[in-house]
Amino acid sequence: MIQITNLHKSYKTGANSLHVLKGINFNVAEGELVSIMGSSGSGKSTLLNILGMLDEADEGSYVLDGVTIKNLSEKQGAKYRNKFLGFIFQSFNLISYKSALDNVALPLYYQGMARGERMDRAMAYLEKVGLAQWSDHLPNQLSGGQKQRVAIARALASDPKVLLADEPTGALDTKTSYEVMDLIQKINDEGRTILVVTHENDIAHMTKRIVNLKDGLIIEDTPVQQVRALENV
Amino acid sequence: MFDLERWDEIFETIRKNKLRTFLTGLSVASGIFILVILLGVGEGMKNGISREFEQDAANLIFVFPGVTSKEYRGLNPGRIIQLKNDDYNKILLKHADVLDATSAVYQLPSGEMVYGKETGSYRADGVFPAFQKLENISLVSGRFLNMNDLEENAKVVVIGNRIKLDLFKDEDAIGKYVKIQGVTFKVVGVFTDPGGEREESRFTVPITTAQTTYGGGGDIARMYLTIKQNDDFETAVADSQFFTSELESFLKERHTIAPDDNSALHINNTLENMMRFYTLINMIKLFFWGVGICTIIAGVVGVSNIMLIIVKERTREIGIRKALGAQPLSIIGMILHESIFVTAIAGFTGLILSLVLLEFVGPAIETPYIYNPSVNFAVAINTVIILVVAGAVAGFFPAWRAARIKPIIALRDE
Repeated sequence: MIQITNLHKSYKTGANSLHVLKGINFNVAEGELVSIMGSSGSGKSTLLNILGMLDEADEGSYVLDGVTIKNLSEKQGAKYRNKFLGFIFQSFNLISYKSALDNVALPLYYQGMARGERMDRAMAYLEKVGLAQWSDHLPNQLSGGQKQRVAIARALASDPKVLLADEPTGALDTKTSYEVMDLIQKINDEGRTILVVTHENDIAHMTKRIVNLKDGLIIEDTPVQQVRALENV
Repeated sequence: MFDLERWDEIFETIRKNKLRTFLTGLSVASGIFILVILLGVGEGMKNGISREFEQDAANLIFVFPGVTSKEYRGLNPGRIIQLKNDDYNKILLKHADVLDATSAVYQLPSGEMVYGKETGSYRADGVFPAFQKLENISLVSGRFLNMNDLEENAKVVVIGNRIKLDLFKDEDAIGKYVKIQGVTFKVVGVFTDPGGEREESRFTVPITTAQTTYGGGGDIARMYLTIKQNDDFETAVADSQFFTSELESFLKERHTIAPDDNSALHINNTLENMMRFYTLINMIKLFFWGVGICTIIAGVVGVSNIMLIIVKERTREIGIRKALGAQPLSIIGMILHESIFVTAIAGFTGLILSLVLLEFVGPAIETPYIYNPSVNFAVAINTVIILVVAGAVAGFFPAWRAARIKPIIALRDE
């Protein structure tokens, strides 16, 4: 599903150039649940941003579902993001003045789906994350865990190839974190490819494979025995 | 523009951001409101002043001499110019085709009038019968002077209402005899003047009588001339100006006055004054336009300012939308569509409010110099359109920049 070869990225800050990614080689097959770990500054967020087409690499190749992602125009980038990717953020990033349902329906709006169909589909995904009865609530009327579940429903709405989660449990307490991870595991069980960036060990062990980054290089890439989140709630 | 989904999206945004929308709208609406009111008042001033002049309807040209201030053909400055009957008669002959009512005026050396035991001092003029029309005098009782009086050098006098009250009290003045500097005159009329008390403390006698009785010779103090009125205002002014300049050069030539000597001869052209008033009004209107345009510019700056704030405030939202697959154009479209919609609605609201105000309050305004303030509807509509377009252009750049922000940077924005 994802093939990355020799990925380099550096940021210029004034006169200094900060080499963040120093040659990453990394493949993800369909249906995998991978966690990317590393201390802050290891380059894990940068890697995720490149994977999410929110940022572009300086060097190396990135192939997503057979499509080479290189020198995308703004327009094309937007199209691919919508089609291939679903984002889950640490701070949820829901649009504050839109109801849960409208938030979930937003990617479908950008796909050009008609309103009725869009709302039905969004409702189905809200049901999937167990928030159907909260559909007309605004984000600030929801708890952190509920917000993240709305965000997950939104990420799923456009039926993307890959879900990218950037510290999805970073802003949640342990119990809520496990609930969210349980949801992510269930989605993965259905066969969807998911990448999770985290720095928490317990969260990482709830995935099937841990990729460890340090100073812009992968130092460890090992499959792990998945811990079911539900058992720990 | 006709994308229903987009409208949906915009109405939702507006509904959920009432204060922001209200403030944007307020700045636009007040800008338009102020502009239209200013334009209306400008038009009202023009109407008001036109009406003032219409009431008087005077195309009067008033000539009186002064003292020369320039040496000319060997004559020293400081010479007192004295107009003569001859001047007046020559002018009448020369311009018979254009002149309407005219009168030369001989001013009596003293205006002392005695009736019985009562004495008063007043302005006293020897005039032609046309003087009544020229000064807009109406008679309370009796008659005005006529040509017969002039031909016979009749010792008759028409007195102002003030004099009648001073000297005759409740008595009827007509047919009574008064003494003017010792010479007996018969009162034939009492007049009232729209000019009020001051204009009513004067009396008039036939100019011929005055000149012969009081030793004026052929002297006259001033001349009142009117020319035949042309219906078209511009032509009337042009005629009047042409006549005035003809008159000026004629009199200056006769009295050996330097052509550029402005203090030796005064010619006051009412129509020209009116024209000057119109010019002034146009200047005022121009000024109002200037103020109005500045208001609009302030409005546009206000709108773009608010747009900048909106974009700034929505940076994160824009980042989210882009991460979810919004294309740059749809971001620009969304922001512009909203701003154009809001400015248009607000602009028309301001327009309608100001038009309603002008429509209902305007006719009630009856001050001397403002009358029926109103505004050209097409001009007002155009201003709204200009404001909306300017607002959109001003809003475009922040929107464009926002659309180009990388989602990753926008998402980092807390």
